[in-house]
Amino acid sequence: MKHSVKMTINGQTQSHEVEPRLLLVHYIRETVGLTGTHVGCDTSQCGACTILINGQAVKSCTVFAVQADGAKITTIEGLAKNGDLHPIQQGFWEKHGLQCGFCTPGMILAAYQMLERYPKPSEEQIRHQLDGNLCRCTGYHNIVKAIQWASEHMAGAK
Amino acid sequence: MATATDTRLLGKSIKRREDPRFITGRGSYTDDLKLPGMTYAAFVRSPHAHAKIGKIDLTQAKAHPGVVAIFTGKDLTGVNSLPCGWLLPELKVPPHPPLAVDTARYVGDPVAVVIAETQDAALDAAEKVKVDWNVRPAVTATAKAAEKGASQIHEVAPANVAFKWQIGDAAAVDAAFKTAAVTVKKHIVNQRLVANAMEPRACVARFDAATGDLTLWVTSQNPHVHRLLMTAFVLGIPEHKVRVIAPDVGGGFGSKIFLYNEETVCSWATRQIKRPIRWTSTRREAFQTDAHGRDHVTDAELALSRDGKILGLRVKTIANLGAYLSTFAPAVPTYLYGTLLNGVYEMGAIHCDVTGVFTNTTPVDAYRGAGRPEAAYLVERMIEVAAVALKMDVAEIRKKNFIPKFEHGYQTKVALTYDSGNYAAAFDKLLGMLDYRKIREEQAAARKQGKLIGVGFSTYIEACSIAPSKVVGSLGAQAGLYESGIVRVHPTGKITVFTGSHSHGQGHETTFSQLVADELGVPMEDVEIVHGDTGAIAFGMGTYGSRSASVGGTAIHMSIHKIKEKGKKIAAHLLEASPGDMEYVNGQFQVKGFPGKAVPFGQVALTAYVPHNYPEGLEPGLEETSFYDPSNFCFPFGAHACVVEVDRDTGHVKLLRYVAVDDVGNVINPMIVDGMVHGGIAQGVGQALWEGAVYEDDGQLVTGTMMDYALPKADMLPMYETERTVTPTPVNPLGIKGAGETGTIAATPAVVNAVVDALRPLGVDHIETMPLTPERVWKTIKAAKAGR
Amino acid sequence: MYPAAFEYHAPASVADALKLLGKLDDAKILAGGHSLIPMMKLRLAQPKHLIDLRKVAGLTGIKEDKGMIAIGAMTTHWEVESSKVLKSKCPVVSETAAMIGDPAVRNKGTIGGSLAHGDPAADMPATVIALGAEFVCQGKKKRTVKVDDWFKGIMETALGEDELLVEIRVPALAKGTGAAYLKFPHPASRFAVVGVAAVVTLDKEGKCTKAGVGVTGAGTHAVRAKGVEAALSGKKLDAAAIEAAAAKAADGVDVQADLQGSEEYKAHLCRVFAKRAIEAAVKRAHA
Repeated sequence: MKHSVKMTINGQTQSHEVEPRLLLVHYIRETVGLTGTHVGCDTSQCGACTILINGQAVKSCTVFAVQADGAKITTIEGLAKNGDLHPIQQGFWEKHGLQCGFCTPGMILAAYQMLERYPKPSEEQIRHQLDGNLCRCTGYHNIVKAIQWASEHMAGAK
Repeated sequence: MATATDTRLLGKSIKRREDPRFITGRGSYTDDLKLPGMTYAAFVRSPHAHAKIGKIDLTQAKAHPGVVAIFTGKDLTGVNSLPCGWLLPELKVPPHPPLAVDTARYVGDPVAVVIAETQDAALDAAEKVKVDWNVRPAVTATAKAAEKGASQIHEVAPANVAFKWQIGDAAAVDAAFKTAAVTVKKHIVNQRLVANAMEPRACVARFDAATGDLTLWVTSQNPHVHRLLMTAFVLGIPEHKVRVIAPDVGGGFGSKIFLYNEETVCSWATRQIKRPIRWTSTRREAFQTDAHGRDHVTDAELALSRDGKILGLRVKTIANLGAYLSTFAPAVPTYLYGTLLNGVYEMGAIHCDVTGVFTNTTPVDAYRGAGRPEAAYLVERMIEVAAVALKMDVAEIRKKNFIPKFEHGYQTKVALTYDSGNYAAAFDKLLGMLDYRKIREEQAAARKQGKLIGVGFSTYIEACSIAPSKVVGSLGAQAGLYESGIVRVHPTGKITVFTGSHSHGQGHETTFSQLVADELGVPMEDVEIVHGDTGAIAFGMGTYGSRSASVGGTAIHMSIHKIKEKGKKIAAHLLEASPGDMEYVNGQFQVKGFPGKAVPFGQVALTAYVPHNYPEGLEPGLEETSFYDPSNFCFPFGAHACVVEVDRDTGHVKLLRYVAVDDVGNVINPMIVDGMVHGGIAQGVGQALWEGAVYEDDGQLVTGTMMDYALPKADMLPMYETERTVTPTPVNPLGIKGAGETGTIAATPAVVNAVVDALRPLGVDHIETMPLTPERVWKTIKAAKAGR
Repeated sequence: MYPAAFEYHAPASVADALKLLGKLDDAKILAGGHSLIPMMKLRLAQPKHLIDLRKVAGLTGIKEDKGMIAIGAMTTHWEVESSKVLKSKCPVVSETAAMIGDPAVRNKGTIGGSLAHGDPAADMPATVIALGAEFVCQGKKKRTVKVDDWFKGIMETALGEDELLVEIRVPALAKGTGAAYLKFPHPASRFAVVGVAAVVTLDKEGKCTKAGVGVTGAGTHAVRAKGVEAALSGKKLDAAAIEAAAAKAADGVDVQADLQGSEEYKAHLCRVFAKRAIEAAVKRAHA
């Protein structure tokens, strides 16, 4: 039996009839058509599918779309406002925090939550908070720098 | 950060132009593609490592709602074996059908494909395909494959031996061992790895029945090679009616070089059902079917003089090739391995003997470094073993043996001629960064407090920029290894570059536009880089073996040179000067020494397309094509060091410092090169400490998910301290050697050497098997204590 | 990556959830889903029905209640990790939660879901054992299960098929009590290869009046290290006493060998982490 779901994604209301087994990540990618959220594994390890549900970083491959009924969702496509990159996006660009780009949307959204909770994270804290996000290209060095850059610039903006 | 208006762009850390799309979620990867009428494929795979395929019952599966078609191996009439692109003398080449027909030979070997209206339906129906499996004994262990009584995998390969190969001078090595003051011998297991690019493999195949055109979007590092292999060898369809597009690709590390079963089957099947088909690998499928890397079992012996000079190296290796020959599999444990055993040292004699074996495991092929990490690991492990035997300092023994600085060629004992090198300089720089003397003092102090601190080194040499077609052809390559570069100057002076190299993280759109803008003195914004589309690009051999900047970049450089030469003729005509008197300076064609007598680049471009006032006999247009085939490999080198602390209670290894000096020749964009070094180091550390594909004896892959196979995470790694020395290569005009694999090659031995050094006070001089898991280290400590 | 089909139910009350649970064949409770959904994606689990508790009122939140701290079963690991009440009254629970999985998993995974699932390598079981927690289950009747009766086997707990776990109750740490949970994480999954929680209460002379030690990861389910507790009780906890007690940490654990370790190694890790956890707990008890 299909269920109707209604949620806002990046400020836009979405409502569809979905099968219960439809994972939120596939709903976002295939039904809504926002392909910036990626699927890199099937066991909730890689974090490429990380999005924000009601402000919290969540692996959208481990949530059914029906569970997100009524939620407010932000994906990577919704982070820049009016064409201005979010400081975390800018940080990843400035500090070369990405190579192939596949893990990047999840990394950025994981970093978003990290900096909300810990605006001035230590290097150790950054690394620990990235436990749920794998990158095979950068060796994490420049991802740490990117988040440090963002932290400094977000503090300056406040 | 430099801006695009600085006079020289080469050597500047310019921010990547591909990033805006990636950081905003607007990259376009294969799985993002959705076409009208799309169908979805799911493969039915063998759950057994070795089994005869009996009856395949499709009744229930075909009745499943939404199923469009199901094909088994027997349906694939006219489809040939997946080809092996590198043939060694007397290599046994067993058939490799895209869908197994009679026998499945590894867990994951595909036997049928289900195509359905939705992904769910395809997967549901695939579960309903009933196969009668007649399970046979499996053999998985590298060292056991060729043993008597091992299950026979292919009829054409008795005792599961695919090839026996050797290089070097056995007699000279024997002689060296007879005269040597000291010899050391070790057993070395270089374990099997899984590349694990973050983007799983995927393809979309679309046949247009009206035109007969087939388009394949595929996660490929080399779309032209994919097209050539698939059309000419497997499917027998016309190459010019096939377009292969590799859009944004989320990392490759070798695993996306090869022609795989799935894209071949989908390309065949779309012609049958006349609808587009998408297939995307799950991570579990990726573990089972992406070509694996490494997997060597080696006995190595080193002979030395009393004062530590290397007299001889003897190597016997068994290399696991898996169940079938993947595209370039035979080259990896032979010409990319045995030829690198000279390292950066003067060696009296070398002999290397390699046996390639089939097993009931996933096929093994090139993974970042491919053969060269195995060679470097062996040499660097053995030299530290020798240092212990000789009671020499590990830095000292290296210094004693370095090949002295040279600028034009060094002939090794294993066929290669190195291009240029200054190995001692890189090592000295490393010692300085490390503050070697001080770190040894700190180590001694820590040891007094019972702490197990270790310092490990590695040096490495890499044959990359792969490479001269004639040479690789004589060694068995079935392809040339040049690269193409087209530079198209538009009438408005804007430029599109078409390169056969493919970027899947390397940042070619930035580095190549940087190169072109630098050489032509135009803004980077005026240069567009097109890659990854056989419909647009002349031809290409793709990206692997650290070849894009040095080989692909040089092809572009050659086309730029041709553009300039043609431009000089046009400008000379406009200025009523002689073409021989012209030069190209700061974005304009000018009479030599007279900046005032000049025509800007844009005006020459326009004139070429509006040739009203134009040189007699000169073709209009401003577009040049070049194919560059280098005269030699390039040989980056470097020295890395690692400092670790071992928890003696648990065996856990903590990285305290990682220091690297690499020499990749000239550098286009230091930020990008540093980034590749970082990532390479992480993968090398991963091999040393955490990663490893483990099979049960029955052939089940027990590290088959990301929950089991330990990829490095952010909190397992330190910040890296990286520097460079610069020794340009004389091989290509850009002086670029290649930077994609250095970190991976260097890091593994540096880390293992550091761990062994930490355990030195306990009498440990070697640990046979990687990864150095906590348990393995703990057991080593325990055994060492027991032995004292 | 795509689970098999199932029917989805999202009841609004415990009573409705229990009704569905009684009525439906092959139904599973969906709490945070971070153990169940990965199994479903690999099709290792194919339940016919999922009963999602996300709309059920009254199952979340952390509050003090008669010397105990009551944690609603649907409280997420993050809420546990960041709870002010827990941080001041029983910080080891927050610290344990902070070591589960990764931040995104902790945002969604729930304490009740995890404890009802009973993964042998989960972190929280060690801590709730050491603390002597209680589990409030609602079936036809409400009943309270002591932690020592909770963990039965691999993914097997005392929770009845017709019951919901609604609340976990842990004691506020008494004066002079220190507690710590330490683990040796699996490098990939970050589950505990071995995890040990220790809770010790010291009197004015520094003698141990009460000790709780839980061990997770090594065996088929988390267990109380009774031998260690006995060896700690009544002793002045100097280095030798701790060492001697920790030496018993693997006694009574049915250690399971796997890729992360042989029986010998895992038993050894139990002892190492028991020692470290007790040392940390003692240090805190003194503070």
